[in-house]
Amino acid sequence: MVIEMFRKPTKWSVMRHLILKDIDDLIIGSLGIVSFIGFFVGGVVTIQTALNIDSPLIPKTLIGFATRQSILLEFAPTFMSIIMAGKVGSFITSSIGTMRVTEQIDALEVMGINSLNYLVFPKLVAMAFYPFVISIAMFLGVLGGLMACIYGGYASGDDFITGLQQEFNPFHLTYAFIKTFLFAFILATVPSFHGYYMKGGALEVGKASTTSFVWTSVIIILINYLATQLLLS
Amino acid sequence: MIEVKNLNKSFGEAHILKGIDATFHKGKTNLIIGQSGSGKSVFLKCLLGLYNYEQGSIEYDGEVFANLTEDKKRDMRAKIGMVFQGSALFDSLTIEENVMFPLRMFTKLKRNEMRERADIVLKRVNLENAHKKMPSEASGGMQKRVAIARAIVNNPKYLFCDEPNSGLDPKTAIVIDNLIKEITEENNITTVINTHDMNSVMEIGESIMFLKDGLKAWEGSKENIFRTDNEVVTDFVYSSNLFKKVREAVLRENS
Repeated sequence: MVIEMFRKPTKWSVMRHLILKDIDDLIIGSLGIVSFIGFFVGGVVTIQTALNIDSPLIPKTLIGFATRQSILLEFAPTFMSIIMAGKVGSFITSSIGTMRVTEQIDALEVMGINSLNYLVFPKLVAMAFYPFVISIAMFLGVLGGLMACIYGGYASGDDFITGLQQEFNPFHLTYAFIKTFLFAFILATVPSFHGYYMKGGALEVGKASTTSFVWTSVIIILINYLATQLLLS
Repeated sequence: MIEVKNLNKSFGEAHILKGIDATFHKGKTNLIIGQSGSGKSVFLKCLLGLYNYEQGSIEYDGEVFANLTEDKKRDMRAKIGMVFQGSALFDSLTIEENVMFPLRMFTKLKRNEMRERADIVLKRVNLENAHKKMPSEASGGMQKRVAIARAIVNNPKYLFCDEPNSGLDPKTAIVIDNLIKEITEENNITTVINTHDMNSVMEIGESIMFLKDGLKAWEGSKENIFRTDNEVVTDFVYSSNLFKKVREAVLRENS
């Protein structure tokens, strides 16, 4: 599948158009839900952290520090990718699966078009912009935390921002974005595989979407574990 | 012309096509008929290169399809037009974009030239005012006509139709059949039609091949299908009362 996907496209001008369309569908179309979830989960992480600090000996700056670490290291790259497996992954599987069921993929093959390249390669290129989505999730998560901290009265804005800057290790960002690129590849290929090789009718398209979500999530969690072990330990 | 020699295809233990020989002539409507499960669709998919086969050969104007490199197979497929049973129009494209699709992929025409060409073929299939509609907004008959327009827009040398009038009312089915026949004659292309509709056989059956359990059981034309004594064919053809009566009338006329 991967070799066929990377073959030379039948026509680059058409491929460019497909890539732009997939960027719109997969990346731009996800910004709303990613922003919403990022902002509010960032706020929740801050509130939970603040409520669990009982001792007066622990500085309030820890709230900002803990929020930053949770969002940068795990929430934005990993858990946002699980959410995207549901949104983007299901979309990819069901759209390719429906094309399979309705013989549209056969129509491409009969015309002499490499259907894997035509359908999957643009999605893979579009998902190269996925780190942009995760950057927005990171930014809005921290912003949500700051808002919750100030308006919930848990700490001052200065304390939160000081915490954000405390013991910042730039490699943590590198680690987060390495994971993001790996997850982007998984999000583009695993759902495409389930859609492209599905058999049956409309009911099986639904089943393939569910299976694709489960497998994409499982692979993301396993890769997350391996990447963390290799990069941080 | 397409020539098939000793074609054998199996799926695991099931031997689907059992040594089929066939010749499909240029400028003629070549029909493959037979009951459901007789191997018609598998045969068509072998012809199109969508299925590999174990034994035999398929020659397109003297070129053995299986021996071609992947690139040459793709070039060859660009000369093939196909009308699928379910039309297989691209959901995300308008009717006009669907028709322009082969031109976008395989020609260097400018957008307005593609539009003109799409306009001509849409007029040819009597769809003058449907350019901007989405496939989901079109009726079954319209979708079939768009599929025909898409199949012929790039002037194919070979046209394949899989059950082109399944799911259509008898009147629309005749329109589609006649359209395919006219296009075949106008463009002098080799047309292969897979069907189990006897109305189509009577309308456009210039050359007919009957498949039964993966074997070629009979071949001929619409003129002699009513006169054949081949039991396998008569069982199939006269399964409907209407055709039984037609046969009786023909035999009466002959005697």
